Amino acid sequence: MTVVSRQKAASPEAAVPSRRAGLSEGKKQERRLGWLLCAPAALVMVAVTAYPILYSIWLSLQRYDLKFPENREFIGLANYATVLTNNYWWTAFGVTMLITVISVAVELVLGMGLALIMHRTIIGRGLVRTSALIPYGIVTVVAAFSWRYAWTPGTGYLANLFSPEGAPLTERASALAIIIFAEIWKTTPFMALLLMAGLALVPDDLLKAASMDGASWWQRFTKVMLPVMKPAILVALLFRTLDAFRIFDNIYVLSAGANETSSVSMIAYNNLMKGLNLGIGSTMSVLIFLTVAIIAFIFVKLFGTAAPGSDDVDGRR
Amino acid sequence: MADIVLDKVTKKYPDGTTAVHEIDLEIADGEFIILVGPSGCGKSTTLNMIAGLEDISSGELRIAGERVNDKAPKDRDIAMVFQSYALYPNMTVGENMAFPLKLAKMPKAEIDKKVAEAAKVLELTEYLNRKPANLSGGQRQRVAMGRAIVRSPKAFLMDEPLSNLDAKLRVQMRTQVSRLQKQLNTTTVYVTHDQTEAMTLGDRVVVMRGGYIQQVGDPQTLYDNPHNLFVAGFIGSPSMNFLPATVEESKLRTPLGDLPLGDRVRRALSGADAPRQVILGIRPEHFEDARLIEEHQRAKGFEFTAPVDLVESMGSDKYVYLTVEGEHAVAADLEDLAADAGGADLPPQDNLVTRLSAESRVRDGADARVWMNLDKIHLFDPRDGHNLTLHEGQAAGVNAA
Ligand SMILES: Nc1ncnc2c1ncn2[C@@H]1O[C@H](COP(=O)(O)OP(=O)(O)OP(=O)(O)O)[C@@H](O)[C@H]1O
Ligand SMILES: [Mg+2]
Repeated sequence: MTVVSRQKAASPEAAVPSRRAGLSEGKKQERRLGWLLCAPAALVMVAVTAYPILYSIWLSLQRYDLKFPENREFIGLANYATVLTNNYWWTAFGVTMLITVISVAVELVLGMGLALIMHRTIIGRGLVRTSALIPYGIVTVVAAFSWRYAWTPGTGYLANLFSPEGAPLTERASALAIIIFAEIWKTTPFMALLLMAGLALVPDDLLKAASMDGASWWQRFTKVMLPVMKPAILVALLFRTLDAFRIFDNIYVLSAGANETSSVSMIAYNNLMKGLNLGIGSTMSVLIFLTVAIIAFIFVKLFGTAAPGSDDVDGRR
Repeated sequence: MADIVLDKVTKKYPDGTTAVHEIDLEIADGEFIILVGPSGCGKSTTLNMIAGLEDISSGELRIAGERVNDKAPKDRDIAMVFQSYALYPNMTVGENMAFPLKLAKMPKAEIDKKVAEAAKVLELTEYLNRKPANLSGGQRQRVAMGRAIVRSPKAFLMDEPLSNLDAKLRVQMRTQVSRLQKQLNTTTVYVTHDQTEAMTLGDRVVVMRGGYIQQVGDPQTLYDNPHNLFVAGFIGSPSMNFLPATVEESKLRTPLGDLPLGDRVRRALSGADAPRQVILGIRPEHFEDARLIEEHQRAKGFEFTAPVDLVESMGSDKYVYLTVEGEHAVAADLEDLAADAGGADLPPQDNLVTRLSAESRVRDGADARVWMNLDKIHLFDPRDGHNLTLHEGQAAGVNAA
């Protein structure tokens, strides 16, 4: 916000100084009002999220295993050293990254296609949109179970169809593929919905102008639609990346993390709830939290240059 | 450069609306033609069909003699300027103008040259590196024009290109558009609902209503010889006055008094189906202060006295609003015009708008003695609105007896 307005004021066509002062006075008040209006929500947020976060950070600095509660002790960053030098953690981290990158990339492409279809259909629009959204409306665990049964050797129709011999959910590569597939099937509609909102941002005249200028369908899509939609695409990617990075239920149901298919959320859960190791589990939770924060930060940095109206701070100029 | 021919072109939208009915129009090479009419009359639809942005339901469209009904917009070699300007927000001014050339795979050096040329003509050189978001309305409009002219297309299509500008800028840009068109001498189809723009810009004007062409002609012809009530009321500002009139043996009974019937009007009204009830139309400038009329002129007209409602002095002349008692002219065309107040500023029905010389000493509140030129009156059939006094394209006034 501040970056944008500062740059605006510095540009040559900005108002004369006296008027600028008047403007910023109004802006200041507006900002103060904004803070006041946000305050109640912010306070609730702090109360609800800050306490657990701080508490888990506190736990992560201790040796604290509920099986040996008498050994509880403050050990500083030793838990972090343990986790970050541990192969299990890095395998899970790699698996999570793999699932995130592949599923989000595929969802983006499929979601864009779906969004274009939903945006363009005139006949039976409601029906098309509703049916496209069905996977997103189904509870993840329920959907995951139906995939699991479908891939169970002997009884599952997909297992019989694709690998009558083996048991796909018990092999690492195929299990991961099935997990990614379930994830994509489930959340592509959500992606499409966000992208459709972005499509609505592209004025019809712009596309007409592009076809008059001689652009083919593909050129209109890449040179006009995508740049105008960029903010919406980034929002969609951010939401989906954060979501995908915390993947849990699909893995839990489909492979239970066997054969090195655990995500970071899975092993944090296993340490905390199954292993009852509060110290290590909390450390993992904190690390997940940090990773998510870093991803969000990177995206927000990207947003800065893509938000509409901020053309003047665009680095390419 | 090319001529454009519309041959019984019809547009029927999927929902059943017929927006354009069998339009015939021949646009000559290099001509500046204006499509004008009230909102929803099918101007944009017609333009979009020429552009290729809308399919043609039936009929044929030829550009430079070639049937183009089934050609995609990009293969028609036509440029279009939109009301919203439709500039690409992610590209700079220079990139916007270069876009069509880039798509045409023109060499970079040539693109730069053409863009620089166009920017110079449109005084955009210093803004070439700006994004459209940081331009004023007038500058954006010029970028949109620039994007059209860099290509040297066969024709320009413009859909209300000036209507997002404020009044003063619009007048400036109007002159600029006109000059540019003369300079480039490229066939141009220009859509507007502003009759002033239509009158001042075009070589020829096409007046449309409800998907039909009402009249095609050069601005002066439309003004002097409107084919029907709609055109008469739509063209001209302030618009023509309309009064109900009854034809009697040798005179025309109107709220202003009984007017003498000339021979030609009598002939026009002599047909078996000629109506008894007609609508009399007369433009504001065909009135004059009776005291300023010279004797030899006096005989050609008709004098009456009416109370003055309001005087607006324009310096060069005076608009005098006279109160007229009695009934109002009633016709479907007039209702359409009233509904589209944006296109034609019809006078309030109780008022007769007259334009008198600046020397006139008519005052508010007093009665005025006013002379009206009977050579210039039009009579319209209220049933279908057609001009009864039009013979071989010429308006024949009511000759003084
Ligand atoms: N996509 C569409 N589907 C159905 N009807 C349409 C469509 N587009 C336009 N129409 C109808 O066709 C008629 C002509 O529309 P058009 O846009 O050509 O009017 P216009 O003369 O350009 O008006 P304006 O001055 O308001 O731009 C209108 O009655 C409109 O409602
Ligand atoms: Mg229009």
